[in-house]
Amino acid sequence: MALYSEKVMDHFRNPRHVGVIEDADGVGEVGNAKCGDIMKIYLKIKDNIIEDVKFETFGCGSAIASSSMATELIKGKPVSEALELTNKAVVEALDGLPAHKLHCSVLAEEAIKAALKDYYDKNGIEYDHTLFPDCASCGHCCDTK
Amino acid sequence: MNCTDECRKIYVDNAATTKMSKTAINAMLPYMDGVYGNPSSLHSVGQKANEALVSARERIAKCLGCTAREITFTSGGSEADNQAIISAAKLGEKKGKKHIVSTAFEHHAVLHTLEKLKKEGFEITLLDVHENGLVNAEQVKAAIRPDTCLVTVMYANNEIGTVQPIKEIGAVCREKGVVFHTDAVQAAGHLHIDVQDQNIDMLSLSAHKFHGPKGIGVLYAKKGIVLANLIDGGAQERGKRAGTENIPAIMGMAAALEEACENIDQNAKKLTALRDKLIAGLSEIPHSILNGDAKQRLPGNVNFCFEGIEGESLLLLLDDKGVYASSGSACTSGSLDPSHVLLAIGRVHDIAHGSLRLTLSEENTDEEIEYTIRAVKDVVEYLRGISPIWRDLTEGKKEFIIK
Repeated sequence: MALYSEKVMDHFRNPRHVGVIEDADGVGEVGNAKCGDIMKIYLKIKDNIIEDVKFETFGCGSAIASSSMATELIKGKPVSEALELTNKAVVEALDGLPAHKLHCSVLAEEAIKAALKDYYDKNGIEYDHTLFPDCASCGHCCDTK
Repeated sequence: MNCTDECRKIYVDNAATTKMSKTAINAMLPYMDGVYGNPSSLHSVGQKANEALVSARERIAKCLGCTAREITFTSGGSEADNQAIISAAKLGEKKGKKHIVSTAFEHHAVLHTLEKLKKEGFEITLLDVHENGLVNAEQVKAAIRPDTCLVTVMYANNEIGTVQPIKEIGAVCREKGVVFHTDAVQAAGHLHIDVQDQNIDMLSLSAHKFHGPKGIGVLYAKKGIVLANLIDGGAQERGKRAGTENIPAIMGMAAALEEACENIDQNAKKLTALRDKLIAGLSEIPHSILNGDAKQRLPGNVNFCFEGIEGESLLLLLDDKGVYASSGSACTSGSLDPSHVLLAIGRVHDIAHGSLRLTLSEENTDEEIEYTIRAVKDVVEYLRGISPIWRDLTEGKKEFIIK
């Protein structure tokens, strides 16, 4: 379908890193079934490097492709770099998304951040709270809409 | 036909639009290159076009059980719905009647027109369509007030295919002296229509839903109901719809409707068998549910919700397998909310997103239905396998909505 770029369709049809990490160091879940999008990210972190990452997504084609691309972009990277992942980078790597699907890339960014926050929390690592999405006020996860 | 899975093309989106029949195409061609005149012109080419127009109007009237004078050609179902409702509202307003009865799951061509009228001071009562997607005449009777000027209830729903008791609703309206309009866009050419017998005062239909061309439709309005113009200009359509008549499309529509009505019983018989086979096959998928009454539905309509997955990704993967379907998911419409029809029958957002509509035509085969069942089963299983919701449901962390 011409709705999506070839890149989006490739990541949708052949998503990278689908699955679960049972003993994950960080797990993040964002979204809401009511709105039709939920992303869950599992991280395995060793020596500050994202050794492994897996995802599960309930959502449309662009939601699945965005999660897949986001995991591609952070795997093997230092935690500090993963924290800098933006939705814009996900969109660019996918060769663009339709305007009404941009929220899927935002969700992917937030899912990664939520998983990293979980990792920090679990390990008692100090962090700058402003780096993480405030789910109560952000509309992207649908809870407030 | 022997076909590998790669080359399959199974079109099961006939409620969206249908492939034009050869009969309809052939009926149109002479009016594009030979008889291309304007029916308002006095010369021979124009008058030939006018004769065709007169004959098409008569043939269509015959299919609906009305007179040719009661047929107005429009650009399609939406325009016909708009004009019917606005006309009845204007007639009502003159008598101080500003209440309209309709249902919660009408097409947007009806609902948005009603919303517009609401802003102009009309009161709108939308009847509950229940979990089975059916309204009954008793509900309509109870909703009619002394100031009701119109009852508009769709003949068959475009998403879940449920067929309403039109004759009974019409009888109630007659008894109460209220104008009754029905949006028969999904019904025309598929179910028997007789406006007199069924007590219908106004009816909308669209040619491309029964193998005719797009961009043409009909508004039937019983003699005595004065239509309000949506388009002003020339004196076409008895002055009620300006603009040079789209003769090729009108000829295509007349031919398509005649053909559909001639074969209506045999088509319904064939489609009902295919439909029930498809319903039985998809019902085997755990935590799935049929939307709309199983029997009181269009011969070619199947609509399911599957828990734990989202409709757009389902459609895209079915497309990859050569199955062309449709969904009521929000993601396919570009809005945040899933189908208002599914919400109206009480499906919650979470499962309304996972809906699939398959609408059949006479061209579909038994073998295609079997393939479609396998394809849907495979795709649903795959998508559930990567869905965090499905994991939570199967691990007991969340309760299934569809048992």
